[in-house]
Amino acid sequence: MGAAAVAIAAAVLGVCRGVWRALALALLLLGATASAVAHKPSDSYLQLTVGDSAQFTGQWDIHLRDLDFAIGLDADGDGQITWGELRARHKEIAAYATARLAVVADGTACTLRVGTQQVDEHTDGAYTVLPLQVACAARPQALKLQYTLFADTDPKHRGLLKLTAQGATRTAILGPQAPVQDFVLHQASAWQQFVDYLRDGVWHIWIGFDHILFLLSLLLPAVGSWALLMGTPPRHGPWQPVSRFATAFWDVLRIVTAFTVAHSITLSLATLGLVSLPSRLVESAIAASVVLAALNNVWPLFHSRRWMVAFVFGLVHGFGFASVLADLGLPQDTLVLALLGFNLGVEGGQLAIVAVFLPVAFALRRTWFYRRAVLVGGSLLIALIAAAWLAERALDLKLMPF
Amino acid sequence: MRAVLNRPHLICLVALVVGAAAFPAWAAPFTPTTDGQVLERLPARASDPAARELQALRQAWRAQPQDLGAATRLAERYFDEVAATGDPRFIGYAQAALQPWWSLPAPPPAVRVLRAMLMQFDHQFEPALADLAAALVAEPANAQAWAWQLAIQLVRADYAGARLSCQRLQALVPPLLGAACQAQVDAITGRAPAAAAALRSALQLADVPPAQRLWSLTRLAETEERLGRFAQAEAAFRQALALGLPDVYLLAATADFLLDRGRPAEVLSLLQGQGRADVLLLRQALAAQASQHASAQALAGELAARFDAARQRGDTSHRKEEARFLLDLRGDVPGALKLARENWAEQREPADARTLLQAAWAARDRSAAEPVLQWLASSGIESVALRSLAAQVQGLR
Repeated sequence: MGAAAVAIAAAVLGVCRGVWRALALALLLLGATASAVAHKPSDSYLQLTVGDSAQFTGQWDIHLRDLDFAIGLDADGDGQITWGELRARHKEIAAYATARLAVVADGTACTLRVGTQQVDEHTDGAYTVLPLQVACAARPQALKLQYTLFADTDPKHRGLLKLTAQGATRTAILGPQAPVQDFVLHQASAWQQFVDYLRDGVWHIWIGFDHILFLLSLLLPAVGSWALLMGTPPRHGPWQPVSRFATAFWDVLRIVTAFTVAHSITLSLATLGLVSLPSRLVESAIAASVVLAALNNVWPLFHSRRWMVAFVFGLVHGFGFASVLADLGLPQDTLVLALLGFNLGVEGGQLAIVAVFLPVAFALRRTWFYRRAVLVGGSLLIALIAAAWLAERALDLKLMPF
Repeated sequence: MRAVLNRPHLICLVALVVGAAAFPAWAAPFTPTTDGQVLERLPARASDPAARELQALRQAWRAQPQDLGAATRLAERYFDEVAATGDPRFIGYAQAALQPWWSLPAPPPAVRVLRAMLMQFDHQFEPALADLAAALVAEPANAQAWAWQLAIQLVRADYAGARLSCQRLQALVPPLLGAACQAQVDAITGRAPAAAAALRSALQLADVPPAQRLWSLTRLAETEERLGRFAQAEAAFRQALALGLPDVYLLAATADFLLDRGRPAEVLSLLQGQGRADVLLLRQALAAQASQHASAQALAGELAARFDAARQRGDTSHRKEEARFLLDLRGDVPGALKLARENWAEQREPADARTLLQAAWAARDRSAAEPVLQWLASSGIESVALRSLAAQVQGLR
């Protein structure tokens, strides 16, 4: 061994050991070399779950030993990290960690916020658990992660990423070997996106009770009509069932078409950002439309022109659909496709309801049950429910469970 | 230092095994109820002399991170910790100390040797050999560089190169170590009886430092075991263990010896509380299964979790252990054979040969064992276990 190396070895190992010790160690390590003796190396566990909005959540588990080595946790130097010692450093830990993870969504940096820290046990010891709130400018299409945790103190450290987006989970190994990594989140094809929004549309009309009740209120009398009584002035008499299915069918078709055309117009205008209304006003107006449509079946005001009612209030319902679509998150590049898919989904869901309703109503139209219990009783019940919605929405109360 | 480091490890292992048994899956995050609750035990207390020494070196380096002397002193000291504890975190700490030079194509020789030591830990043998060769051109009398080159050449089954390295080393070190390095090469190249005799006489010398005695006894025990002289082998293992130095490799080799002799209960008592290294956990799990011990399932589950964690971070340096795990604990013959073959492409020592032969035999696949059969013939290694396994495999059609 060279003189310089001897000097280094002597300084490190103590003069009495010197070369001998250094060589013995080297030889000792022959075994270690071959058998890959190992504890677990340093890893952190980073989970990110990207949803349909600009904000998403995550969780970052970091080993206490690594944090202790980097910023010192063992305040009393007794070789043990207690909850008290860890808790006292939560602020520093959050600052240290978030300074070493940059999340960039579509070219714009997102902000990271750390919630209340907890503790978890992994196979190799205790980790601090950082709940993450990530706020980006828009729903991320592509994420860029820059990970430099412990890069200066332990270049062998790795961050094991589990990234979930659109129901799919992918993993990656973050660290100095690849400090910046890109993830394309929305690789779904245009057709797949279209189908997704179509499904969302169907689902929304089926769980959107206010829209269903409005439609039902208009459809209930469609298997009949209020007879026109002659006199001066002419007035409407009691509701009479139609004799032919075709008559009922055309009436239903007119109503459904008017509703569809109207809400498509406002849905498109609102989604494209051309018109916008406060959501409380829209929701209240939708509830009011249900009350009116239901009461019209008991005390008829609009007899044969119910398609006009469907059209006018359909405009209001369209704003309601638009706010649902906005909550789902709008892909800016395929906005029109999303709009079309969602709208067609709403129509499809609506037609399915009509397809079930019309034959049943036509079959029962002459019964007392239909004429009194369903048409009058049912309509009053709908009006009552919708009135409660109206009160809730207009006054910002919570009266009903749905 | 070593004795100090050992106790917390013992506690950690107990906690780990108990924890693994109690919570087989990830536990959910929780909020501790009292400030006094101990969450983690560190390898050392800040007041321990060794920890203070490390701290002093670290502060010196921090004050002047560009100073070659301060950086290599710290890196070397961290590497000693790897040897003592088997804890891979110290590999990363050592690399951090060498950061200003780490990516240079031609750093100073002192950095090259350290870089080689750190890289071989990750089985990056080729770049490590290149660094050592370059360091030895600059400093032909660097005994440490020769010793590491020899070590890697043996793992790569380059026996001609190893003999040459040993010759150069013998001119630089005292006769005892020269004899030991010669015996190490002889023992696996058809001169085992002579190697054993040389080791025995080297051990007769007075004033052999305990670390060298342990190393020589381990080599002697393995050589005797391969020669089929089990009583002598066991005596050498016992003498090495009696030195009382924690040494993961010695414990693993002794455990394998006892497992082969059908004495798993002794393995369990030998390894009780002996640290958290993967190689020891594997032997514990094998012994627990062989003796139908209650801990068998928990140990195998813990081991599986470790291999999963290593795979998650893209670490492939555990293939030999995982092959044995799959073959003996999971009965996954194809999986074990695949890993054993990949491992043999990288490392070619007797234990690697054995793993591949066993997997090939279990798979009844003679062609998979062909490289090992060739190595057995060309190296001339004497090993009753390998010879009988090879005979079995050669009988396959």
